[in-house]
Amino acid sequence: MTEPATHSPDAAVGTPTVDAAVRVVDLVKDFGSDVHAIGGLSFDVPRGELTSIIGPSGCGKTTTLKVIAGLAEPTSGRVEVEGRPVTGPGPDRAMVFQDFALLPWATVLRNAAFGLELKGVPRRERESVAREYVAKVGLAGHEDVYPHQLSGGMRQRVGLARALAVDADILLMDEPFASVDEQIRRKFQEDLLNLLSDEDKTVIFVTHSIEEAVYVSDQIVLLTRGPSTVSTVVRPGLDHSAGSDSVRRSTAYLDWVERIWQELESYLEN
Amino acid sequence: MTLRGHRVPMVFSLLVWLVIWEVLGRAGWISLIPPFSEVLASFGEVVSSSSFEEAARITLQAFGIGMALSFAIGIGLGILMGTSRAFGSLMGMWVNIFESSPLTAVVPALMALLGFGLPTMVVTVVLFSVWVIALDTQVGVERVNPSLVEMGRSFGAGRRRLFSSIVLRAALPELLAGIRLGLLRGLKGVVIGQLLIAVVGVGYLFELYSRNFLMPEFWSLLIVLFAFAFLASEVVGYFERKVSFYASSR
Amino acid sequence: MSVTQTALRPTRVLARPWVLRVLSILVVLCLWEWAGRVPVSIAFPTFTDTLAAFVDMLADGTFASAYAETLGPLLVGVGLTAVGGVLAGVVMGLSPRAQWFGLPVFIVLQAAPSAAIIPLITFVYGIGFAAKVFAVVLLSAPVIVLNSYRGVANAPRSLIEMGDSFQANTRQRVWKIVIPAASGLIFAGLRLGLAQGFTGAILAELIITPTGVGDLITYYRSLADYPRMFAAILSIIIFASVSITLLQRLELRLFRPEMRPS
Repeated sequence: MTEPATHSPDAAVGTPTVDAAVRVVDLVKDFGSDVHAIGGLSFDVPRGELTSIIGPSGCGKTTTLKVIAGLAEPTSGRVEVEGRPVTGPGPDRAMVFQDFALLPWATVLRNAAFGLELKGVPRRERESVAREYVAKVGLAGHEDVYPHQLSGGMRQRVGLARALAVDADILLMDEPFASVDEQIRRKFQEDLLNLLSDEDKTVIFVTHSIEEAVYVSDQIVLLTRGPSTVSTVVRPGLDHSAGSDSVRRSTAYLDWVERIWQELESYLEN
Repeated sequence: MTLRGHRVPMVFSLLVWLVIWEVLGRAGWISLIPPFSEVLASFGEVVSSSSFEEAARITLQAFGIGMALSFAIGIGLGILMGTSRAFGSLMGMWVNIFESSPLTAVVPALMALLGFGLPTMVVTVVLFSVWVIALDTQVGVERVNPSLVEMGRSFGAGRRRLFSSIVLRAALPELLAGIRLGLLRGLKGVVIGQLLIAVVGVGYLFELYSRNFLMPEFWSLLIVLFAFAFLASEVVGYFERKVSFYASSR
Repeated sequence: MSVTQTALRPTRVLARPWVLRVLSILVVLCLWEWAGRVPVSIAFPTFTDTLAAFVDMLADGTFASAYAETLGPLLVGVGLTAVGGVLAGVVMGLSPRAQWFGLPVFIVLQAAPSAAIIPLITFVYGIGFAAKVFAVVLLSAPVIVLNSYRGVANAPRSLIEMGDSFQANTRQRVWKIVIPAASGLIFAGLRLGLAQGFTGAILAELIITPTGVGDLITYYRSLADYPRMFAAILSIIIFASVSITLLQRLELRLFRPEMRPS
């Protein structure tokens, strides 16, 4: 079992020991003069890995993701992607939204191709790429269906296909499975890992669920309550080759979930 | 809009428009539109004239009676339509048809049937305003969360109690919205009625002013009407806002 | 809130069985007939008399020529406001400055009894076609503008953010996301505008210059030919209701898939 990587803010900023695709440095985010959502976050996101961000409600997980995505500006501090500071959305990052954000008037295919459409990719090309990813997320045959005809889980898969289709190096997922049925959620987590094993992407994954984070992540960043800072960064290091059921029953998995749970509890009480 | 960092409320844009009005009026491009200052100057005269008093009296009378009838009929109808599906769909067809029809066309018939006086004006007000009141009341009643009603029943509330304490209260936002729209439409009705009848009320006054090309007076009267409409709308809007806090959490 | 409700209230009625509706029509017609026979007033014709007059006027071309005259200004006026009004509303929704200047004006125009301005129209436009078009525009523009504005202003933030995340430029954001999202309300506004347009057209014909259907009404009233007068009134009520209901059906068919966002 891997030991939790001891993390101190200085280590990340001063001497990068990790090949970080994304680097968050002293991020502070206030809303107006009253709401201090983020109080100084620093962490690295290693390339090619899935990093989760979890923490109590209102700790600014989604806000952090939005800053990384370039959809929100930090009050102070910075985010670097591939060494360059983030100034807005870019082709190197693609986002999957909690409420799916699908165009209700467009078919599955058009929705999946929408990112490419905005890039100006000609129709034939973008439709064939989109078709490929629609199939990869398991929605082959549903290309001409409209979002309102789909279940929540299927809609999210379209959102995922859309984000994958633009071939960005970094995938940002904002509680992607929060609006999905509990039963389906586990399957999604497994499917996601399968999908990502073929792609060479860095993923930042925001979630409420500790089990989910432990199951899918290579690295977990735990935030404190708002104004949030990094509480710890851990690496579960689970071996998925044995199959999902045995992973979920393994002591390693269960121990990690318990450990993180206690960590969160400790400052929920403060 | 911000000016030097301070947000200027939208209402002030009306002031800007008044300034534009003044400038255009002085330029004299359209003889129809005198400078706002002239309109303002004639305001006092218009409002204190006996013909205005007479017109206002008749208008308010017709408006008041008509709206009272509309409230009674409209809310009653709306409640019935909201509580009984069959009745709702039956009346719904008629109410929807009349709500969007040019009922102005009916006014000449009213004039033939009821004459050129108060009855015609009252019926016109009712015809213009009752439908939207009924429809919005219906929606409000239908929207009432059934679990609220169940809760009331579980505590032993009788039908009447259920209604007054829970249903009406819960439907209040939509009801008020309907009333506000009804007031505005009723006002349009009384004005249109008087324009068509032409020998009474503000309709007569407008006729008089325009015939004698008394433009400042005409616009003064128009502003009085507009202001009245605005006031009525704002008063109801105030109450609407007071109950809107629970509108979304029902 | 109520504009939206009124606008998007899918006539649940339309889904109801025809039986109840036909029955209610029959009841009303019987009441009418009875009232006419009593008679409630000499000026109140029976339904059968009205129906006979209706058929006559249809047969002898009275309706045809009257509607030809009324529909002209109506269609031109609504056409103008459809284009200009939607444009104005969309611009106001997209530009805070335009909104600041324009919104209060249109809110006032919508609330106020704008019909009072109609007598003035003759001074500028005379008593011809233009005057009637102006009356139609005056009454139908505010609701079209306001609905278009609301459609744009209420475009779902999450969709716009999604577009931003994929680096949509302004043109793409407006044409691919905001306007399609607003189209439901825009279309509803057009429907409401048409209803107001009918009122404007009739008012113009009753007040400004006797032509078309409005003239039929006043003419037959002056002749005390009440069956024909009522027939004319009935015809415009039916005509307006049918056209607006057709628009509503179209609206439902075009926009129903998006009753629920995302």
